Amino acid sequence: MAKRDRLSGNEAVAIALRQINPDVFPAFPITPSTEIPQYFASFAANGEVDTEFIPVESEHSSMSAAIGASAAGARALTATSSCGLAYMWEELYIAASNRLPLALALVNRALSGPININCDHSDSMGARDSGWIQVYAENNQEAYDNMVQAFRISEHPDVKLPIMVCQDGFITSHAVENIELLEDEEVKGFVGEYEPEHFLLNPACPMAVGPYSVSDYYLEAKRSQAEGMRHAERVVLEVAKGFEALSGRKYGLFEAYRLEDADRAVVMIGSAAGTTKDAIDELRKKGEKVGLLKIRLFRPFPADAVADALKNVKAVAVMDRAEGYTNHGGPLGADVMSALFRAGSNALAVNIIYGLGGRDVRVEDMEQVFADLKTMIEKQDAGETYRYMGIRE
Amino acid sequence: MAADISKLGLKTKWQDLTEGMVIAGAGTSREFMTGEWSSVKPEFIEEKCRQCLLCVPVCPDSCIPVKEMKRAEFDYDHCKGCGICVKACPFGAITMEGVN
Amino acid sequence: MAYNFKETMNKPERLAPGHRMCAGCGGTIAVRNVLRGLREGDKAVIGNATGCLEVSTFTYPYTSWEDSYIHNAFENAGATMSGVEGAYKALRRKGRLNETYKFITFGGDGGTYDIGFQSLSGAMERNHDMVYVCYDNGAYMNTGIQRSSATPMYADTTTTPVGAESNGKPQNRKDLAAIIAAHDVPYAAQTTFVQNFKDLHIKSEKAIYTPGAAFLNIMAPCPRGWRYHTPDIMEICRLGVETCYWPLFEVVEGKWILNYEPKSKKPIEDFLRPQGRFKHLFKKENEYLLEEFQKEVDRRWEELLFKCSR
Repeated sequence: MAKRDRLSGNEAVAIALRQINPDVFPAFPITPSTEIPQYFASFAANGEVDTEFIPVESEHSSMSAAIGASAAGARALTATSSCGLAYMWEELYIAASNRLPLALALVNRALSGPININCDHSDSMGARDSGWIQVYAENNQEAYDNMVQAFRISEHPDVKLPIMVCQDGFITSHAVENIELLEDEEVKGFVGEYEPEHFLLNPACPMAVGPYSVSDYYLEAKRSQAEGMRHAERVVLEVAKGFEALSGRKYGLFEAYRLEDADRAVVMIGSAAGTTKDAIDELRKKGEKVGLLKIRLFRPFPADAVADALKNVKAVAVMDRAEGYTNHGGPLGADVMSALFRAGSNALAVNIIYGLGGRDVRVEDMEQVFADLKTMIEKQDAGETYRYMGIRE
Repeated sequence: MAADISKLGLKTKWQDLTEGMVIAGAGTSREFMTGEWSSVKPEFIEEKCRQCLLCVPVCPDSCIPVKEMKRAEFDYDHCKGCGICVKACPFGAITMEGVN
Repeated sequence: MAYNFKETMNKPERLAPGHRMCAGCGGTIAVRNVLRGLREGDKAVIGNATGCLEVSTFTYPYTSWEDSYIHNAFENAGATMSGVEGAYKALRRKGRLNETYKFITFGGDGGTYDIGFQSLSGAMERNHDMVYVCYDNGAYMNTGIQRSSATPMYADTTTTPVGAESNGKPQNRKDLAAIIAAHDVPYAAQTTFVQNFKDLHIKSEKAIYTPGAAFLNIMAPCPRGWRYHTPDIMEICRLGVETCYWPLFEVVEGKWILNYEPKSKKPIEDFLRPQGRFKHLFKKENEYLLEEFQKEVDRRWEELLFKCSR
């Protein structure tokens, strides 16, 4: 029986973790993800989980310890934000190349500098090439649901890759919403036991992990790693199907909101999608055909499905809550544009940098984006394709 | 216990490499012959050996096998000829060119 | 813990041959003899910081380790083993594992004194049930003999080269064993290859079987970096101890214990002369450098005697 509760995004994720009862959770605090290990530490202190909670001395060590634990045969995870993620950078690649199932509850926050504690996606976007699966949430419910599904995806024998479960700093992590929780037993049953094939603490057969690979092996090793990622899209959908049967809540690779007949679309990630939906609802009342494609799975990037969902739009604004410093846009822009190009799309497309360092995204801002798309269609010219939203200039 | 690494040679296709490059098993480096590194090798003169085993712990390459408290012949497949054991032997039971 | 040398040598080998360490390497001598501190029935997980030992003992698909082994990166061997040990505790608690495992991590002085210091300090402070073994050869040998904070004063390394304006490394080495002891770990010790490995064996066994965090600092000469005649490694170690350059001591529950005091302390020249990295100290005009070196050895030795007298 599902129960409703008023929870912040961090609380919701922490509760999902209590229900999962992982084996090892090393963590180091950083705003705005700090509450996740904090809540979890109290679950451990009160005997509500039998997890080994390791309060390490840095994020580099939290990911290092999580890797050690996962290699040892344990279900492990950590949580972090921003510079914490940047500090564990090399470890992200090592976790993925070792094909270690792991979860990282990431609460998105701007990277320094200047130092800023508020939301943008520069932290996880920088890790987009690390070999981790990345799923993003719009709201607290999705943050919870994604966490419950994470280990099933990560540990799937065809995947065996670490997964980053992302939500927006403060906007969802600290805001309280009414959400629906599954029963502890339901989560336990859904997630199941972790049964690795090879692991360090296997008394039947020792294992060596983390070799030096000469050039004759390295290229093949990376291709072998990519194979896990190639299966991830299918597995994400399979797990979502099982989750829907359990919860009644449907998840896909992305959410298409009022997109089926739209001639203008916004593509974005995270909490600003809620604001965008409000803008769409307002504009739809006026008869405007506008829609949203909200990315849930960013790595691997579901390029074909995204291009297919956008095949009828005349203009699209890809919204990046991170800079790429390419002089022509951000990371989501690059992926969506290349997906459209490869699908032979003729849509006019712009890439808009927005919301950096927690800058507010208002309904009016998104209405303006749709208005700009309308102008582009009228002029049949995208104009400047690399823009900043709401910049003072 | 050693895993079968014979299929993991330099020509192995990516599909056949071990996932995550882990090796399930142990001691597979025995199949890598470091003995080829050097032509100068220690010589074991068994008659002089009093089985004190002082040569055993000083070998960086685990090339002096011990069975039932007695050392056996050198493992020349792996011995790199460093000469440390020559110096460790109090009885002159190990000799090597260039080491006094 | 009595030391029966022959029985110890009769134990099964836990580091297989076929690794690619240089001929005469002190690192694997340290490893082999530390692993003999494990009881035969006990299983172990071995950790390793990036370095010579790692790239040479697990070059895909060749592992030299008879136990489970994990290499993660250069600066995080302590943290990585924290996670492995955490997994052990959790799996035991959940009834999914019954066997006894011990946890031993090896790092060179680069991965231990320097880049891995924070991770090591964290692991020691948290008192994980593990042993961290530093095989200290006093420089970053894997990358080509660059100075580390373990490099002794005046050593000629590739980043402290001797030249017209340079006498080698200007600074003293860091006393890491003392720093780890200051973490108040249950066991910290320093040793090297002397006394037929009795000191090293006893300390390894103690470190492995003392509950909680333990640290071993083992002087493990590198023939390439130190430039001595390769077969002479045991003599180099003996001189390190006899000159009081590398004293044998242990810190048990905060109590400092001196394990060996030479009958007559040898002059530091005896240790330095066979090593090419100190060749410049033996030029006539550099006598004062030898005196400086001797003074530093004396100062540290006196300090150690004082600590051990309390």
